[in-house]
Amino acid sequence: MIVMGESGSRREFLRRGVGWIMAPALLVPAAARLPLAPTAAVQDSLAGRGAVGTLHDPLAAGAPRAPTGAEENEAEIQAIETRLACNCGCTLDVFTCRTTDFSCTYSPRLHREVLALRSQGKTAQQVLDAFVAKYGEKALMAPKPKGFNLAGYLVPGVAIASVGAALVLLIGRRRRVAAAAGGGSSPLAGVEASPDELERLRQALAEVED
Amino acid sequence: MTLLGQFSLWVAFLVGLWCVAIALWGRWQDRPELAVTVTRSVYVVFGALVVASIALWKGLISHDFNIEYVAAYTSRNLPPYYIVSAFWAGQKGSLLFWAVVLSLFASLAQLLTPRRFADLMPYVAAVTSSVVVFFVSVMLFGSSPFERLAFTPADGRGLNPQLQNVGMVIHPPMLYLGYISITIPFAFAIAALLSRRLDTGWIQAIRKWTLVSWLFLSIGITLGMWWAYVELGWGGYWAWDPVENASFLPWLTMTAFLHSVMIQEKRGMLKRWNLGLIVGTFLLSIFGTFITRSGVIASVHSFTQSNVGYFFLAFLTLAAVLSFTLLYTRWPQLEAEVQLESMLSREAAFLFNNLLLVGIAFSVLWGTLFPILSEAVRGTKITVGPPFFNRVNVPLGLLLLALTGIGPLIAWRKASAANLRRQFVAPTATAAVALAGLLAAGVREFYSTVAFTLAAFVAGTVVQEFSRGVRARRRMHHESVPVAFFRLIARNRRRYGGYIVHVGILIYFVAFAGMAFRVQREATLKPGDSIELKSPFGHTYKFTHVGISQYEALNRVVSAATVQVEVDGRPAGLLTSEKRQHVDSFKRPTFEPSTEVGIRSGLREDLYLVFAGAVNGTEEAVYRFNINPLVWWVWFGGFVLAFGGILTMWPGGGPAIAPSRSVQSGYGVSLVGAGRE
Repeated sequence: MIVMGESGSRREFLRRGVGWIMAPALLVPAAARLPLAPTAAVQDSLAGRGAVGTLHDPLAAGAPRAPTGAEENEAEIQAIETRLACNCGCTLDVFTCRTTDFSCTYSPRLHREVLALRSQGKTAQQVLDAFVAKYGEKALMAPKPKGFNLAGYLVPGVAIASVGAALVLLIGRRRRVAAAAGGGSSPLAGVEASPDELERLRQALAEVED
Repeated sequence: MTLLGQFSLWVAFLVGLWCVAIALWGRWQDRPELAVTVTRSVYVVFGALVVASIALWKGLISHDFNIEYVAAYTSRNLPPYYIVSAFWAGQKGSLLFWAVVLSLFASLAQLLTPRRFADLMPYVAAVTSSVVVFFVSVMLFGSSPFERLAFTPADGRGLNPQLQNVGMVIHPPMLYLGYISITIPFAFAIAALLSRRLDTGWIQAIRKWTLVSWLFLSIGITLGMWWAYVELGWGGYWAWDPVENASFLPWLTMTAFLHSVMIQEKRGMLKRWNLGLIVGTFLLSIFGTFITRSGVIASVHSFTQSNVGYFFLAFLTLAAVLSFTLLYTRWPQLEAEVQLESMLSREAAFLFNNLLLVGIAFSVLWGTLFPILSEAVRGTKITVGPPFFNRVNVPLGLLLLALTGIGPLIAWRKASAANLRRQFVAPTATAAVALAGLLAAGVREFYSTVAFTLAAFVAGTVVQEFSRGVRARRRMHHESVPVAFFRLIARNRRRYGGYIVHVGILIYFVAFAGMAFRVQREATLKPGDSIELKSPFGHTYKFTHVGISQYEALNRVVSAATVQVEVDGRPAGLLTSEKRQHVDSFKRPTFEPSTEVGIRSGLREDLYLVFAGAVNGTEEAVYRFNINPLVWWVWFGGFVLAFGGILTMWPGGGPAIAPSRSVQSGYGVSLVGAGRE
């Protein structure tokens, strides 16, 4: 902003004015050489090269965050946390919740518990067991496949396999009964045709049928 | 206007009851002249519900915050298009939306159904009106959208930020249209059972309706996935949430019906099964509504817990008992006209396709309800999340994908060994080449490799079917390849539209399999700091934090965090993710700050940026970076599927449906003669 009182003279005002007007024109050739996207170099607050800027309204940017560490990206930590349920009612796992629902206060706490247990040298399974011991079986994203829970895993597959087997048996029996009765509903049954001709017929049917 | 709205609901309720009574009494007394009164009652109910809807919209648009619903879901500074979508954003409004759309469909069914089904129509009206009356009674006695507050707030609470997305303007109506339109096929099925007209007639009457319903459900589910991906910020699109599952269940059974109904049309088989599927699909749509509104199962998508769940439970039970009792009483008349001749036949493939589709539906329902069962049996609360559903359903889904390719290759009635050899060579070779390519490229993830290979097999099947059809047309009509191709589709829309739907499905599977290779990483960056990530396709992405800017928009304060993206050392533009603090017109915060992800979508992979928050109120930002492979193909698969579905249901373009199986027999014998010439 240009304030007359600060410069103290009309000449100074004009000099600054010309400078402001001419600056964009002088900068155009230089700007043309820059990549289209602004680079970090145009920022006034660069990491390690000055102070980090402060937000005008920090509350509008959500809950304050602590800087993440290397452990946040450990594959094992992530794997453990994707098997643990957040207990805030979101139905997500701990990893997904803490990296998604940033207003949740439960998942960051659970994350810290995972880190603490890992720092004690516990294996992934031991961490999961510790969570089950503390929070109950609902702490796991999927129930352990043992006892009654086996029903959860096996019933759908067993049901489908059983119905499929029953269908095969039932249809086979009906076909045998129909054959024994001398039936056979095929319209081709009484037609004199060689296997080759019948195959050609089927091909023709397959090509034109709707 | 609320008085008018409430009055209209009462009119719809009473006229709807009258319609049900007069329709059933007219049929019972054999007085066909009453059918006109029944039809007019259906139209009156629709008119009354339109008036009620206009009354609610008037309240929403005029910011009448004395209406509890308006105050709960809108605010003065809410953008106009979200005021429109607020109609179905809350429990009460969505009930009215259900009722008015259902009454529209009921009116269209009366208006558009050909005269030859006239004797079914009073029963159809009775069933559709019963369902409308149920929804209106939920509003009148449980959850009225016209309820007034004891005071008038200066401003409303506004719409949940996660619902302020274009996906939520389109996705819920699409899904509702799918759910709601299921009622029409259900009504025809019940009408066929009541009238004992159990030939294929009722199936011809509902063909378009079932396709419409399936299409809306498909589009609604895909849009829901898109909304979850762009709005919820967890980086995926399907979380096996109970409400997601509830929308998937009727889609599965409806898909099964669309396949098995072909067997009834062509061979006169599976009549009981088809009726059961339609009844089951309707009940699952009501079950989905019950899950969403009762709060009986925890879900991020649920409406606020309320007493309307009891209404739905009672209706669900009553509808199930009545429907299955009716089906049981007509059981002997639903005997198949012919028996399955061979396990190596198209019919058998469809049967197993149905078994898998219904089996997956059962599996999803079982997993959704298993926490309740576990608590009831063992007294232990458990969580049944994605790891469970993936473990149980992925193998079943892959089997289904395999059948998608196998089914069209097998002949109707009975396939010979020569037929199988001829049909399977090209698709199997395609799958083998794909598998070899994947292994050579170093892909080792088991389920993804299987999915890609099977997708190649299905693609081989579809290409073979199209090429054979084109060759046949060229031979018979001497057409050029493009003309033969387009005429092939135009003359057999149902068959080739179906194959295009299969292409959509295989694209979905490929895209789903791609997510197994997702890369994600958290990082805290000061302006100028960078991180690099290697993508599954071998690209190196460099993200440089530019800074955080804050500004005010219409109904929110935005904190926008921006990164500069470089791909393999080349600048690739900026990516911005936002935190939005929504405010009312007095600048008071209305909800917790929400997150808007930054997405750069590509054919190979999506860059997915989530601004998690700022460190100590500074420009130092915490980010989650995702590289999600093949996500674009999910949306493209949805487009292909919708295109195929529309093509299938487009009027004309195919032979009329055979009235009975005898046509098939004559058709076969005449060609025997032709083959010998």
